[in-house]
Amino acid sequence: MIRGRVTKRFAAAPESAGFQLDVEIEAHAGVTVLYGPSGSGKTLTLDCIAGFARPDTGRILLDDRILFDAESGVNLRPQQRSCGYVFQNYALFPHMTLRENLAFAAYDMPRLERHRRLAEQLERFKLTELAGRYPHELSGGQKQRGSIARALISNPRIVLLDEPGRGLDAELRTDLYTLIEELKSGLGMPVLLVTHDPEECFALADHVFIYEGGRIAHRGSPDELLRNPGTSTAAELLGGFTILEAEVAAIDPAKQTSRLLLDGEEIQGPHLRGCFKGDRIALCTRPEELFVRTVPGANRVRRDLRRTLARPQFIRAEFSGGLVVDVPREEWQLLREAGQRCGWWVEIPATGLRQITGARPKAY
Amino acid sequence: MGIDWFPLWLSLEVAALATAISLLFGIWLAWVLANKQFRGKDILDALTTLPLALPPTVLGYYLLVVIGRSSWIGRAWEKITGTELVFTWRAAVIAAALHAIPLLVKSSRAALENVDSAYERAARSLGASEWRLFWRVSIPLARRPVAAATALAFARSLGDFGTTFMIAGDIPGRTQTAAIAIYDAAEANNTRVAATLAIVISVVTAAIVYFANRLETRKRA
Repeated sequence: MIRGRVTKRFAAAPESAGFQLDVEIEAHAGVTVLYGPSGSGKTLTLDCIAGFARPDTGRILLDDRILFDAESGVNLRPQQRSCGYVFQNYALFPHMTLRENLAFAAYDMPRLERHRRLAEQLERFKLTELAGRYPHELSGGQKQRGSIARALISNPRIVLLDEPGRGLDAELRTDLYTLIEELKSGLGMPVLLVTHDPEECFALADHVFIYEGGRIAHRGSPDELLRNPGTSTAAELLGGFTILEAEVAAIDPAKQTSRLLLDGEEIQGPHLRGCFKGDRIALCTRPEELFVRTVPGANRVRRDLRRTLARPQFIRAEFSGGLVVDVPREEWQLLREAGQRCGWWVEIPATGLRQITGARPKAY
Repeated sequence: MGIDWFPLWLSLEVAALATAISLLFGIWLAWVLANKQFRGKDILDALTTLPLALPPTVLGYYLLVVIGRSSWIGRAWEKITGTELVFTWRAAVIAAALHAIPLLVKSSRAALENVDSAYERAARSLGASEWRLFWRVSIPLARRPVAAATALAFARSLGDFGTTFMIAGDIPGRTQTAAIAIYDAAEANNTRVAATLAIVISVVTAAIVYFANRLETRKRA
């Protein structure tokens, strides 16, 4: 288990804006994804854990060991931290064969154990036949496996992966996901994985930290985040969300409901915390949570159909006001004619709306 | 009259020894300058470059003061080895090394700084000591430019005149290096000796420079 809270400031310089990392992390066995845009402090967090960057304040604990503590001045060297760091460009030593690369990491082991461990690790990562090759003679996927094998050979207590899927094609990426899934079950230690690829995030994560400008804006399991991304930036990053802006028309705490004004039409909304009548708030929803109707009714808003996009399993209909709805293909056949004749309504169930912060409504 | 080849052999020996000494200090200095942050780093950096910029006679004068017979280094040397330091071939080695070190430090430092820091981070996080990192990762990765710098340092040591003249003198058969012999021969109007030595030195130096350039360009290819 890793626990820590660190801050690190970079003063603004003439050519760069200042930056401050201020995060609190806690990760147990399993894959924790640090997800966010470039420059939000994800890799810096890994570097603080691995000992490549020194935080200004805070402390980092790995299991029961203190890796860093600003107050007592503890700052273990990278060599003492037992972190298996897998670098973005693999960082396999180019002047050593794969076997030598692995042996370099197993230097401290007794000779016999080193041999056993090397053979075992090469076998496990399907690298035995390639052991005599130099990194430039290996494919991207093989280098990837090699660097993970090297990071794991001396039994680290945590694995840090910096954008492992970057630069790999779709097939190799799937192999990588399978590999990490296998590792996860066998390792029983925290794996921190940095990525800005939503596919990678949802394929691997047990838990997600969403980074935004040096802070963790939101955290949760992938399912929780898909339900509620928390902030508009996170919603945009994760993709597939529709962000709406509405005015609070009424609040009914007793019934745990609210009334919202969406472009002048009133609908029933979810329970809202910390809001007053007249506030403008941001909400998010997903295309599969909305319904297309051709007659008015409760919680239905009148909209114009802007365009439709055909997808393999469904039709994505985009309406005025930024509403996007996914409709099963067969259903769309029936709806289309009626809609053209009578007009379109979009039904927004109160359960499909979640309040988020920091909205910048999209312009349509 | 046959040509006395002693000055040429002396020059090669002096250059070889000077290069070996500068490798020892130079690479270490280069690594310190490339990797460590400490107070006075700028001053150390400037000091290493100084021998390149100072007039050779000025450098020679300082050396006379520092290692001359009346200095404590000179006296200590005499006490331990029973011989003088100045006006021997050893002084020529010191003069040559002082010129070789800046060249070696400058190029090696650039080469070491060019090594992708990811490799160094990887080595550290895999548990490698700084010593093992240096020998097994940094130096092998920078070996071509460092070898090229060493070759150039050797070429530079081969041809030192001013400083060597000041502190090793011009004793034929003892401290007369090729560069000084050429000067003497030209002064004495002995064109055959001057031309022969000059051509030999030129060929050796040109070969070294060619070799050094090839080392560097192949790295980039």
